[in-house]
Amino acid sequence: MGFRVGKYILVRAISLGLAVVVGVYLTILIANMGGHVDEIRKAQIWERVAIGVFADETLRMLPRQEREPIIKDKVALEAERLGLDRPFLVRSFSYLGDALSLNLGRAQHLTSDAGSREIRLILLERLPATLALFATANLLLFFGAIFVALFLSRRYGSILDKTIIALAPTSAAPSWFYGIFLILIFAVLLQLLPFGGMVKAPPPESVLEYALSLLKHMILPVAAIVISAIFIAIYSWRTFFLIHSSEDYVEMAKAKGLSSWAIERRYVLRPTLPPIITNFAFMLIGMWTGAIILETVFNWPGLGRLLYEAIALYDTPVIVGAVVVYAYLLVLTLFLLDIIYAMVDPRVKVGSGDRKP
Amino acid sequence: MKILIDAIRQLARYPSAIAGLIIIGTLIGMSFYAVITIPYSEAIKLWQGRDGVWNEIPRNAEPKWVNLFPGINLPETFILNSEDIVSKSLQPLGGGIKKIEKRMEFDFGYDCFPQEMSLFFDATYDERPPHVFLTWLTPDGREINLAERRADAPYRISLDRDLAREIGGLAPEVGLFADPFAEEIVPLQGRYGLQITGWLFEEDSSLDVRLVVFGQVHGIAGTDHMRRDLMVALLWGAPIALTFGFLAAVGVTASTFIIAAIGVWFGRWVDAVIRWITQVNIILPVLPILIIVGTFYSRSIWVMLGVIIALSIFSAGIFVYRAMFLQIKGMPYIEAAKAYGASNFRIIFQYMLPKLVPVLIPAFVMTIPAMVFLEASLAVLGLGDPLLPTWGKVLKDAWVNGALLMGHYYWVLLPSALLMMTGLGFAMVGYALDRIFNPRLRES
Repeated sequence: MGFRVGKYILVRAISLGLAVVVGVYLTILIANMGGHVDEIRKAQIWERVAIGVFADETLRMLPRQEREPIIKDKVALEAERLGLDRPFLVRSFSYLGDALSLNLGRAQHLTSDAGSREIRLILLERLPATLALFATANLLLFFGAIFVALFLSRRYGSILDKTIIALAPTSAAPSWFYGIFLILIFAVLLQLLPFGGMVKAPPPESVLEYALSLLKHMILPVAAIVISAIFIAIYSWRTFFLIHSSEDYVEMAKAKGLSSWAIERRYVLRPTLPPIITNFAFMLIGMWTGAIILETVFNWPGLGRLLYEAIALYDTPVIVGAVVVYAYLLVLTLFLLDIIYAMVDPRVKVGSGDRKP
Repeated sequence: MKILIDAIRQLARYPSAIAGLIIIGTLIGMSFYAVITIPYSEAIKLWQGRDGVWNEIPRNAEPKWVNLFPGINLPETFILNSEDIVSKSLQPLGGGIKKIEKRMEFDFGYDCFPQEMSLFFDATYDERPPHVFLTWLTPDGREINLAERRADAPYRISLDRDLAREIGGLAPEVGLFADPFAEEIVPLQGRYGLQITGWLFEEDSSLDVRLVVFGQVHGIAGTDHMRRDLMVALLWGAPIALTFGFLAAVGVTASTFIIAAIGVWFGRWVDAVIRWITQVNIILPVLPILIIVGTFYSRSIWVMLGVIIALSIFSAGIFVYRAMFLQIKGMPYIEAAKAYGASNFRIIFQYMLPKLVPVLIPAFVMTIPAMVFLEASLAVLGLGDPLLPTWGKVLKDAWVNGALLMGHYYWVLLPSALLMMTGLGFAMVGYALDRIFNPRLRES
């Protein structure tokens, strides 16, 4: 058994590791447009050099034939400094190596608020904003949905149950869509809450005031996320619990006269724990990417906005940096879940391969 | 086929599904209306606004129906042309020079001022354009000299600073209609006139004028910051959203479904490869890649469609379908098919896939709104199709131009309402189908 588990874990690790390598390499190719971004960068360098040459009194006076080679030399030097002289294919692999070793390097255009070009610092600076927003919203969403779903599965068929089920289709719209309405109602018409941003400007000095301002700015985006997903989440958890509470062993527990809370805890929640854990894990890593559009609508300085800004500026190192961290988080989670399942869930047959991950 | 007919019959038992079907029907009707009344090329041309097609339409006008609300009486646009001329005279002055006098009159009965005023000249001349002298006549008998100018370019009355100074610093479109004796600035209702005195310097020269008084309301849907009638985009948004949603949903769900079946049937390395590609695909961030494609390559809606489908073929849904196909693979009827020598292809497409179609249909129906909103999301990020008018692009324009801050709520609400209707319509039908096809979910 121990050997089989060990071999299984090894195979999974290799397979997932390869997936990360390929996934990240594909991202590098796409984000560099298969090398075309380099052409854009070279053009930018040429423009910069040419302006520099024209700003120089002595060089400007030179005849065109003599000026051109000088510009060319300077461009070549700059390209060499940035490593643009090697063919893209070769560089793409060194990018891959850097990315996989989490040596994220420096951004081309973006800087952190502190002025650093280090991608690691830029990402770390944006992380708290995204975490504050999405941790709050997703935790509310996750535990709220499970709690309400358990409650409804007890009162299934009641008016409340039917109402919430009828509301499930509202989740077809994404969070930014509800964000617009929330801004319209609470910021424009009632003028109760701010339009966007993370804290008021200038940021308050005292910690308490800062926290209060942050909370005030968080209400609308958090509400938008929760509204856009809560009903579908309740719906699916409720269905899930209903299916599991019609199992024979639950009927048996009911026949024994156990309290409904005891039945839920021991006979419904426990066997359904693995999918709940899976969902929770994916929710956690989902926070890394933030939500590009929601953060744009609410002007929230998080990772999603960063990614969008990076793309708009063709800042490929930042894009690749954000993606590689996400890939690692995702794959580590998948791997841990695999191991936990293999150990905990007696129904998982290790090595047979015929099961849902 | 029988499954579908059964499903539709059963759908009738769910009120929400009926509502959903009505919404979908309305949207399809809207699409046909749009495509028939405004052909594709025409829609693109209108939305590009070339050749000044929107010149005589007010900017940011509210929809006309806001006047139905009590207490709101916003002016409509009106255009005065040769038909509104009440008196006209032509007097030769000798030397080929002619003096013409024209007088236009109209009734103004609104509680609000117009938004803008422009005078367009339609003059024919070889070298010397006609010269005009313009006088504004108010209902209380005042005469205001507007301008004296050559009739070779449109006279933007609202932009005339000299005129504004002359009438007390008010914007011309306000000052010309304001009641001089009222305490607040309110329009004076009654019959206004425009006196045009023109001199023609050539034998064959002629002069026609058109006064456009831009209102604050236009059409059923209002207009945007580029004077475009939003109705064009709202109508055309429907066929685009439905086509995009439908094609994307077909591409996304069907491909995943078929690949899952193929993997399960062949098993071993085929299955392993498919699962591994799926793992790679899960790592790729879909929305950032779409944004990259939109920024770097092409913003065409059809390119986006292709990329979305390509990225979704090996989506996590494969794992779900795999689990279901694995159960089917062991069923006796498949064994029987194998025994009498059915080909792999036949078993997959004739025996395995149809068995799970009931699971696929609700997923398919619910993918449509997701894709419609995805297109809108891309548009809101500024990656909407460069040519076609879509709901998402209208929302984006509204957002960028501060529609909410300026109080142009219709600009946000109308496209949102259509998007929401689409989302709700398909989702309601989808949930009902889910309950029909998956009896474990059925209510009591």
